[in-house]
Amino acid sequence: MTTATPVREAAPDAAAVPPGARRWTRWWPAAALAVLVVVPYSAMPLPGLLDGPIGSAGSLQLLALCLVFGALATGYDLLLGRTGLLSFGHALYFAAGSYLTNAFMTEAGLPFVPSVVLGLLSGTALAALLGSVSLRVSGIAFSMVTLAFAQAGSLLVERDPGGVTGGEEGRAIPADALPSSLTGIGNTANLYWIALAYLVVTLAVVQWAVRSPTGRVWEGIKENERRVEVLGLRPYGFKLVAFVLAGALAAAGGVVHLLLTGGATPQTTTSDFTLSLLVMVVLGGSGSRWGPLIGGVAYTWADQRLGDLAGSGAVAGLPSVLRVPLSQPLFLLGTLFVIAVYVLPGGMARLPHRVRTARTRAVASRRPPDEVGKAGADGATRTG
Amino acid sequence: MSTVVLLAVTGLGLGALYFLVASGLSLIFGLMDVLNFAHGALLSIGAYGSWWAASGHLPGAGSSGAGFVLAVAFGTAVGTLAAVVLELALIRPLYDRPREQVLATVGVGLAVPALLSAIWGADARPFPGPHALSGTFGLLGARIPVNRLVLLAAALLVLAALRLFLGRTRHGLVVRAGVEDRAMVTALGVDVRRAFTLVFAIGGAAAALGGALGGLYYGSVDPGQGTSLLIFAFVVVVMGGMGSVAGAALAAAGVGLVQQFANYYTASGLGDLAVVVLLAALLLLRPSGLTGRLA
Repeated sequence: MTTATPVREAAPDAAAVPPGARRWTRWWPAAALAVLVVVPYSAMPLPGLLDGPIGSAGSLQLLALCLVFGALATGYDLLLGRTGLLSFGHALYFAAGSYLTNAFMTEAGLPFVPSVVLGLLSGTALAALLGSVSLRVSGIAFSMVTLAFAQAGSLLVERDPGGVTGGEEGRAIPADALPSSLTGIGNTANLYWIALAYLVVTLAVVQWAVRSPTGRVWEGIKENERRVEVLGLRPYGFKLVAFVLAGALAAAGGVVHLLLTGGATPQTTTSDFTLSLLVMVVLGGSGSRWGPLIGGVAYTWADQRLGDLAGSGAVAGLPSVLRVPLSQPLFLLGTLFVIAVYVLPGGMARLPHRVRTARTRAVASRRPPDEVGKAGADGATRTG
Repeated sequence: MSTVVLLAVTGLGLGALYFLVASGLSLIFGLMDVLNFAHGALLSIGAYGSWWAASGHLPGAGSSGAGFVLAVAFGTAVGTLAAVVLELALIRPLYDRPREQVLATVGVGLAVPALLSAIWGADARPFPGPHALSGTFGLLGARIPVNRLVLLAAALLVLAALRLFLGRTRHGLVVRAGVEDRAMVTALGVDVRRAFTLVFAIGGAAAALGGALGGLYYGSVDPGQGTSLLIFAFVVVVMGGMGSVAGAALAAAGVGLVQQFANYYTASGLGDLAVVVLLAALLLLRPSGLTGRLA
């Protein structure tokens, strides 16, 4: 007992992990990144999880999509989980990055790199413009203004003004507009690395921003905006910074998505797309470092793979009560989301912590009475 | 002239559909501060319920005469039931967490259309309506589809019933007082929460009726119908003022007319765009909504 107590006091969130292991586990993100970088060279099959070996083009494409949406959800959480802004229009900036870059290439005939830079800049400018307008209102009104702008964008894309957006069909990138290293099935690995780079950049930017003085103010705004005002700070400017930063990250994601799927698709403009981002973030754990990433990856994988699984023999043999809901990933995800809102307030990212707390409580209840009070108080501070 | 009349009646018919969705949405938001993203799902449930019954699956119901009335009543009942279940099972346990309430309705709004398309397919299904309602009639030289009138009549009926309920009954009084100032009503010893389920039931019934009659209007049902109507219903709610039924009726007529005329006289699709931009403009100019209820 006496040996365990000092460790717990020194590192309250490390629970039962000994200090040596703790030092090593701190480096797991680097190890995970190294594994992700060498994935295209691997031919290991992951039956059930992926359709072919990891290094195959199809699997890399799916993995890259997972990474892009994981990163996109991480950027969206800058608004939802870090600043407390419920935006229903985040899809607009993602789609802007994708459609504008494509338009610069196909309509203006610009080369690849200037198009990407211009697409990013104009997507960011759009976020700055609409954000500065939307943030004049707050609460539900803000959510609805962002929803209205995104819906306007969606309708505009659908109307296909001047044949720029391609309407419901979307608009493919002409093959000659891209450098040859980014086209063709054989070069999927390059696209995968681009997606991975986008993820790393997003995680780094979000982490850096949240730890900056501005990030502290965001946290304050999320907790209590009025008090931030009383301290003499104007929340508007800080919220706008969060909005523009998230918009810029989304626009970058749009560019990566454009390259990955070989064209701009109208599905990315719809309000359903923003809602799916919301599902990813809440499912994974809003306001945590890894939660939105986990949620985004899990959601995208489920969305892509459950459909295939439903067509497979294993599911087709089930009675219709089970088969019908399983054939619609969105039904499962929506239901999971509702359950997560209820029983898992912190999302998947909080799951290990909750298990640990529950285990500590269970251990505590088996201790003699004088220890129970202490361990109970310990557990209570940790949940808070 | 005949074009103007046709556009006006069609716009009003569309407005009637918006009103059926928005009246419940408006009451729910006004009383409970819950922006119900699952309202479109309730509409879809009503539409599919009526379609299922009218296609001959429900004994006694059919696509003509009394059978059709029964089918619509069945769809409305299923929608009402779904709304009550939604409120009791999902909204009630989250009363002290308003953001989670919205998130839960978002989840339901995603899951229900997916379930509908899992069972009946993602493609639109032709909606069997009575022959008497599929024809047209002459008005001031225009040939107007009869189903527009059915929608209008239903909306007027719902409007009258809601006004009677809110103005003449004790439950209606509690709802109106709760919309005005929930904290005060609670402080006076009235349990407003009991009215929540009632408001959800009323809103669900109106939306489901809208879904059933929307099947007539569009001639088909598809899983995404409710969700696409929802955004226009939001416009109506914001314009009409949260919690105001009469305001919702006026705003619905206005939005329907603007949309139809703009779509016809300018480019197609521009009317929808105009309405959506109108929502943003309204919220920015009058952040608290037109009657000062929002935020």
